[in-house]
Amino acid sequence: MKRKAITISTTLTALLALAACGGDDGGESASGSSEAGAARGPIEIWYSNNKAEIEWGKAMVESWNAEHPDEMVTASEIPASASSEEVIGAAITAGNTPCLIFNTSPAAIPQFQKAGGLVALDSFEDGGSYIAERTGDVAEQYKSDDGKFYQMPWKSNPVMIFYNKDLFTAAGLDPEAPSLSTYDEFLETSRTLVESGTATAAIWPSPEAQFFQPWFDFYPLFAAETGGTQLVEDGEPQFNSDEGLAVADFWATMYEEGLSPQEPYEGDAFGDAQSAMSIVGPWAIAAYDDTLNWGAVPVPTSGGTSPEDTWTFSDAKNTAMYSSCENQGTAWDVLKHATSEESDLSLLELTGQMPLRTDLTATYGDYFTENPAYESFADQAARTVEVPNVPNSVQIWQEFREGWSSSVIFGEEDPAAAFETVAESAASLAAES
Amino acid sequence: MSATVTTPTETAAPSRAPRTALQRIFGKQPHGLLFILPYAAFLALIFAYPLFQAVWISLHDFFFTAPGVDVPKPFVGFDNYSAVLSDPAVRRSFLNVGIFLVINVPLTVLVSLVLASALNSAMRGRTFFRVAFFVPYVAASVAVVSVWLFLFSGGGLVNSILGPLAPDPSWLVNSAFAMPVTALYVTWKQLGFFVLLYLAALQAVPKERYESAAVDGAGAIRSWWSVTVPGVRSATFLVILLATITGANLFTEPYLLTGGGGPNGASISPVLLMYQKGIEQGQPDVASAIGVLLIIGVILMSIVIRRVTGDD
Repeated sequence: MKRKAITISTTLTALLALAACGGDDGGESASGSSEAGAARGPIEIWYSNNKAEIEWGKAMVESWNAEHPDEMVTASEIPASASSEEVIGAAITAGNTPCLIFNTSPAAIPQFQKAGGLVALDSFEDGGSYIAERTGDVAEQYKSDDGKFYQMPWKSNPVMIFYNKDLFTAAGLDPEAPSLSTYDEFLETSRTLVESGTATAAIWPSPEAQFFQPWFDFYPLFAAETGGTQLVEDGEPQFNSDEGLAVADFWATMYEEGLSPQEPYEGDAFGDAQSAMSIVGPWAIAAYDDTLNWGAVPVPTSGGTSPEDTWTFSDAKNTAMYSSCENQGTAWDVLKHATSEESDLSLLELTGQMPLRTDLTATYGDYFTENPAYESFADQAARTVEVPNVPNSVQIWQEFREGWSSSVIFGEEDPAAAFETVAESAASLAAES
Repeated sequence: MSATVTTPTETAAPSRAPRTALQRIFGKQPHGLLFILPYAAFLALIFAYPLFQAVWISLHDFFFTAPGVDVPKPFVGFDNYSAVLSDPAVRRSFLNVGIFLVINVPLTVLVSLVLASALNSAMRGRTFFRVAFFVPYVAASVAVVSVWLFLFSGGGLVNSILGPLAPDPSWLVNSAFAMPVTALYVTWKQLGFFVLLYLAALQAVPKERYESAAVDGAGAIRSWWSVTVPGVRSATFLVILLATITGANLFTEPYLLTGGGGPNGASISPVLLMYQKGIEQGQPDVASAIGVLLIIGVILMSIVIRRVTGDD
């Protein structure tokens, strides 16, 4: 009996194993087929799950549905998970992505593209021209290695240095003209803040190991130091350069002198006034406006750069069309509707995030006159660097983070040696198809 | 007096009815198979299928694709395994788990057996302590981990007590201490479950053995060592096995406690690495190879544990 049971179980298992091994997908990619591209009808979309973007998403969908009763849009928040990218990746594999997702990380695009989950927006007649006209030269950063747009550059959160004016005053520093332009100035100001006991940390970027953490310590300063160079350009890593090492040395000093702690803060160090400064995007204005007396300056460079010449990291979130979409004609029109001048103004008003379009300050002059706090971020939005759109993007960032962690945060090896090792690996990863 | 001799043939069992074809295939009690079929199907679907799928993926150049996308997924033999074994991060993760198990498993066995023995005796507040030990086990890691962060952070309670003796960098960002603290945390969190296992086993140790030991002049410690410990040997095997399997599958604790395997990879585990490679970086083939190696490691450890504990 026992033997028979084992035999049957084994047979079942073997059958399942055969089924598992026969996982060969047949058929052609649904991506960008001309039939789907012209098809019209109801579609589904997902948007981010933060309160302001939900409000924007609902308003945008309502205005579309009012005028298109035959092409209704059903919208919902991105399902909760550790990250949006995980949910989207799983949905691509399962084939149940919605037509549009208004929260696609540029770093995840190469992976989604490789999975055949995205529609090239250039496949629409006015796709390339619409993006170029709306976003200008900045759009070039969002092209994939095959020269196509698999994402619509949507909005950025250009990061700057936010500082707590009250803590600066308490430390005897000038809160209206803080000395934060060069690395030396920044270090001296940081020492004053910490040594005076005003703040536990001068600035407290997360020292954690996740792949995206460099976007909020190394990358903004690297963008500023190089005048807008990406981590990898033309397949060649750029960070193992004098500029990259200058940024590494600056942060290494911050950690070594205890001006930036090696431990993560449980909560919001800046909001809790444990840290006098923070690297944040314009979303921070609404977040801290009622609780902190804040100021904002561009990120520092080694020699000091005037604000109008300073670059930074964009922290953009884009929109992509997914290949499981049946009514791609409608989806493309909805995408254009959602990124129209009117919708972008609504986005700006409701979220404070910067639409990725040319002449932002001129287009929405009235808004910035009424909301001057956002103007410096809007100006900064014109000089932003995106994560490179290269194969294995996430793996490159993860390896960079590990090299950064061992050399800069914990000082266990020389940054130059660590960067060299990571650069060799990054070059090889970026070259993979 | 006469003796009657009977030959074996004369006392043979009643002759069997010829077996039907159905019985030849499915055995004497074929309906019994129906009872095990649901669980066999469950095992096959939930465990065997993903396992074989993982092995298959680990032997191919595989990545997840949208349905209908036709891309080659060529057989690459052991390439993913050689990539994994030559990756310092993977080797580090297995070393980390080794450190974890060396601390966690003996500590779990010792502390849970001592506590179970204490709770098994007639002591005051026994129910309270049983509940107290079990609460961390049922509490979500996300919730209780913040207590440990409060205890072991740079300005935390432990460092405040230690004063100048506090390590620098502090516990959770110190390469030497991150994994041991994680092991301590998991030991504390899982303790309630293992105490329950031992409590159940202790109920089965006959009282007469303790009485015999007492008659022979054994004290409390000698009696515990000579009667209790051998008496719960089967439970000890189970505790070691489960603690090893749980430890090998470590994920949540380093993810939450040390910020994703920090500092500098000192607390990264193979499963956390599988998550990074398979989910975040889109390399399920490499992640599967790590998973298969982990399964092989756990099976080998289980065999060793069984031999060492002498459990049947």
